[in-house]
Amino acid sequence: MLKIRDLQKTFNPGTINAKTALDGLYLELKDGDFVTVIGGNGAGKSTLLNAVAGVWKPDFGTIEIDGVDVTHMPEYKRAQFLGRVFQDPMMGTAPDMEIAENLSIAERRGTKRRFVRGVRRADRERYREILAELELGLEDRLSTKVGLLSGGQRQAVTLLMATLNRPKLLLLDEHTAALDPKTAAKVLELTDRIVRRDKLTTLMITHNMKDAIAHGNRLIMMHAGRVIVDVSGEEKKNLTVEQLLALFNQASGGGAVNDRMVLN
Amino acid sequence: MAFLYALPGAAAEGLIWGLMAIGVYISFKILDIADLTVDGSICTGACVCAMLIAAGVPVWVSVIAAFIAGALAGVVTGLFHTALGIPSILAGILTQLILYSVNLSILGGKSLAAIDPRANKLIVHMSDNPRSIVAMVIVVAATIIALWLFFYTEVGLTIKSTGDNPHMSRAQGVNVSLNKVVGLAVANGIVALAGAMLAQYKGSANINDGRGAIVIALAAIFIGLSVSLKIKPNFVVSLIGVVGGGIVYYIVYNFVILLGLKTDYLKMLSAIIVAVFLAVPYLKAEYFTKHTSLHPNAGGDANA
Repeated sequence: MLKIRDLQKTFNPGTINAKTALDGLYLELKDGDFVTVIGGNGAGKSTLLNAVAGVWKPDFGTIEIDGVDVTHMPEYKRAQFLGRVFQDPMMGTAPDMEIAENLSIAERRGTKRRFVRGVRRADRERYREILAELELGLEDRLSTKVGLLSGGQRQAVTLLMATLNRPKLLLLDEHTAALDPKTAAKVLELTDRIVRRDKLTTLMITHNMKDAIAHGNRLIMMHAGRVIVDVSGEEKKNLTVEQLLALFNQASGGGAVNDRMVLN
Repeated sequence: MAFLYALPGAAAEGLIWGLMAIGVYISFKILDIADLTVDGSICTGACVCAMLIAAGVPVWVSVIAAFIAGALAGVVTGLFHTALGIPSILAGILTQLILYSVNLSILGGKSLAAIDPRANKLIVHMSDNPRSIVAMVIVVAATIIALWLFFYTEVGLTIKSTGDNPHMSRAQGVNVSLNKVVGLAVANGIVALAGAMLAQYKGSANINDGRGAIVIALAAIFIGLSVSLKIKPNFVVSLIGVVGGGIVYYIVYNFVILLGLKTDYLKMLSAIIVAVFLAVPYLKAEYFTKHTSLHPNAGGDANA
């Protein structure tokens, strides 16, 4: 589903602030893989997701989604394959527009947008049903401006928007990190439910090691712009946080563990 | 008494500037771009309309041509901004300067083009204010209805989201650059349409028409929204409010003239009105937010 070959990206090249964020990264995802991504600050996790999403062009290497080479495809065109949820709950929704309008824009992602009414009666009925599944009481607030919702509600709506038309690949960039623990757990549970139901191929960055072990069928660790650990199946299921840290230390030469990762 | 006599004229001219403010509302409020093209494109609309009518072209064709000319000006600003990466405010200023030369050449190197109201069936003219008001109400209503239909289509929603959250828009497959160009084209098209009406109303197009137009439009927008957002914060009510703001602006304008203020100071007055409306929300938040010295829980629950 996703094939990344020898991906390289250096920010501010040729200056004293030059930072190699991706350093020859290889990654292949099979159809239906739910991969959790961990790594210290500056390991290149978000850079990897942004590269796949097409926020900027990589310096070298290729990215293929479902057999299509998207390396040079602009961000908005690539969006037809992707569903994205960001760390900042403000980022994924249009605050001054209604919930139904946001969902409508997302539902028509990848289609030719037409000069017909954006939110029709049938759409409203459908949105009401899917919003009811969130159990946040949003089904009766279709006409509410998204900007009036809480961070957790907005993130749940963004998740719905990302998955509404079954993307080939779901990109989650620490999408629960900015939420309080209770809301974070709820959004994560919702993520699990949707990914499993629609069998979505997913890349989820998290800084929570327990979450990284508990979710998905495969776990990768990044360090200095590369994948240094890649575990899946039974091996991943039986992992403990201690083993993970040991694995990490071993693979990275000891330098990659920082406070933020140990915290959880 | 003199004030009452001035009212119909103020209403007619206010409606024309209200139409112009609708155009600026699209760029300023919907696209979130302070588009300074409009000072030029309103004049372009006036010049195109006046020259075509003088050349014997039917009035309605001249008006449509003015709209198209304004839309092209918007496209130029849009491309400066999106294709060439020029900051939007500078892109607008550049186009505005370009338009000064363009407008001069449209006027054939002169600074003024007159329209003879007796030889042509004009849509609006200052000699017949009641008729002008009715005509302008129809034009404004048609514009609002067209925009209302447009901005609730699939395409229209993405233009709104482009201004509201470009990041989200791109992630949802929206071509943000294209949408900005389209939005600026529509905005400046409407502004030029207002310019065409202004030229007819006054019976002439002047190279200096439109200087400071953006400020008048912003004043209309702020006056209008300060009322309409309190009534119902939706699209149509906002647009009606903006037009109302234009009328209020012109009534105040005429009132101030009658009070004996020298017309030299009117542009300054416009600027001050806009500055006040922009400053009030900031000042409120910065200096007048109540700060309580009590802990939020204090005095509530004794066990807290």
